[in-house]
Amino acid sequence: MTKATAAIVGSGNIGTDLMYKLLRSDLIEPRWMIGVDPDSPGLKRAEAHGLIASAEGADWLLAQDERPDIVFEATSAYIHKVNAPKYQALGIQAVDLTPAALGPAVVPAVNLGAHLDAPNVSLITCGGQATIPVVHAVSRVAEVAYAEIVASVASPSAGPGTRANIDEFTKTTSRGIETIGGARRGKAIIILNPAEPPMLMQDTVFCSIPEDADRDAVAASVHDVVASVASYVPGYRLRAAPQFDDPTPVSGGLARVAVFLEVEGAGDFLPPYSGNLDIMTAAATKVGEGFAQRVVSERA
Amino acid sequence: MPYSADLDIRVTDSSLRDGSHAKQHQFTVEHVRSIVAALDDAGVPVIEVTHGDGLGGSSFNYGFSHTPEQELIKAAVKTAKRAKIAFLMLPGLGVQDDIREAAGNGAAVCRIATHCTEADISVQHFGLARDLGLETVGFLMMAHSQPPEVLAKQARIMADAGCQCVYVVDSAGALIMEQTGDRIAALVAELGPDAQVGFHGHENLGLGVANSVLAVRAGALQIDGSTRRFGAGAGNTPVEAFAAVAGKLGIRTGIDILKIIDAAEDVVRPIMDGECLLDRLSLTMGYAGVYSSFLKHADRQARKYGVSGAEILIEAGRRKLVGGQEDQLIEIAVALAGKREKA
Repeated sequence: MTKATAAIVGSGNIGTDLMYKLLRSDLIEPRWMIGVDPDSPGLKRAEAHGLIASAEGADWLLAQDERPDIVFEATSAYIHKVNAPKYQALGIQAVDLTPAALGPAVVPAVNLGAHLDAPNVSLITCGGQATIPVVHAVSRVAEVAYAEIVASVASPSAGPGTRANIDEFTKTTSRGIETIGGARRGKAIIILNPAEPPMLMQDTVFCSIPEDADRDAVAASVHDVVASVASYVPGYRLRAAPQFDDPTPVSGGLARVAVFLEVEGAGDFLPPYSGNLDIMTAAATKVGEGFAQRVVSERA
Repeated sequence: MPYSADLDIRVTDSSLRDGSHAKQHQFTVEHVRSIVAALDDAGVPVIEVTHGDGLGGSSFNYGFSHTPEQELIKAAVKTAKRAKIAFLMLPGLGVQDDIREAAGNGAAVCRIATHCTEADISVQHFGLARDLGLETVGFLMMAHSQPPEVLAKQARIMADAGCQCVYVVDSAGALIMEQTGDRIAALVAELGPDAQVGFHGHENLGLGVANSVLAVRAGALQIDGSTRRFGAGAGNTPVEAFAAVAGKLGIRTGIDILKIIDAAEDVVRPIMDGECLLDRLSLTMGYAGVYSSFLKHADRQARKYGVSGAEILIEAGRRKLVGGQEDQLIEIAVALAGKREKA
């Protein structure tokens, strides 16, 4: 079977980790790695794995005779905003790993099928990829007036882009909790923890539920969704069974369920504690494969 | 160099912010009016008013506020005749729009807190606060967990971003005497004329006042406390005791000692649910180096799951949890309960 071809734009840590995942894909052939720095170790690594590497940016890629079916962008929101219209003009589908949020937001376990023909999809944030499936799991069986997530991330796995613009994380994630998770109102909190050895990414999801909600149904729905995410992020798991609380003044008078998650990275290139980055590259791979299936079947 | 022509140091009272933890975030406009009026009359120059976890802290994870904090800030600004009203915010939890709203409500001092190794997440927020014309303070939280030279480098990041006074924040109440002085001295040496240095102490090892005196001797120009210790863990450095000690040492704070003693007894104490005590759990926090505001959460989870609150806190220390990770205390309690069932 022929594969769809792909370029990775952004030869940093995330682009490199993504390359290793794509090299294992049955549906995608990663053929180009694009950076801007000729000394980038990511470009050298890509060359060693048989990819065409260029330090001349996305414009170089788009000027070639042969162009990719799919582009994965792991640069910055600013650069992606410049590049996205160029990809679209040439009919190249883009999977956006930056926080630019230009296209519809996609969480594979929830709404991948809805956007397979979109020219550009956004992967929201790492915290969104980890927690929105759980909000969705609860909201499909009980009304969620309010959902709140706490993402704890090991300091060394939070890059300078995230740090310089941390409000972007909380805002983009909150929006995703509402639009994809199905909560009427969403809130996101991110904590950076410098503990040594570094902690695995941990995420907690709190959802308000009606006092008389069927708690067994909520728990069962959460277990189902966690298994579905784990099918493309093998290190994604529950740390405890879902915990239920009756309303109190401190809980704002709301009954709630709390779900405790952990994401251990696959260690493709980034260390296993960087579950926050692994879940992004794993989700990107899953979305890219959805695109690729369509590309390949249209070609046949 | 004194703080100003009239004051050797400037004191900020945090009863209406750190005290929010002890009150489980149930402050009302009436509470705020009473406390601000009394502290203002006693000459406390800065009064901090916010949810215990800063702007946007009202949540499942930290506890929902009884009254929206921006309403409390408005009431404080309206009540204070002389004192400046300050607020706290933690990047990653609060956002820049929260700062804009607090500034619009008349608050004058923006205090931005990060864990003491993560100062670079505050750069945008300091920039905004300065653009809005706010006075800025930076909090390096859990300062016991890093050596002086690491703290000094982090303080430099905040100062370069527009922070006018960087605090060594002993969130766990775990610093002991010279450990406080050494950290303050390192920041003073690093920052020089670029920013002031402050100290925020807790009583979990009973050293709030003593540590604050050492901080002043090492060059700190701003000191935090809470009247009647109204704060997280065993409470904060008691403002009335610190003012009395400072007075006897000839350090000018501008606070009327007799008035603040009365305010502590007659105004603040009746609003507290109970005294902030150096009891088993809060001493465990100081000893294990655990974030003070975990206290009420650990206590609540211990009761819900029938496990030891002290064990929850010790495990929190072992996992090196930082401020904001209250959610993890639930998971620790669940794990302890599971272990007990197996045994």
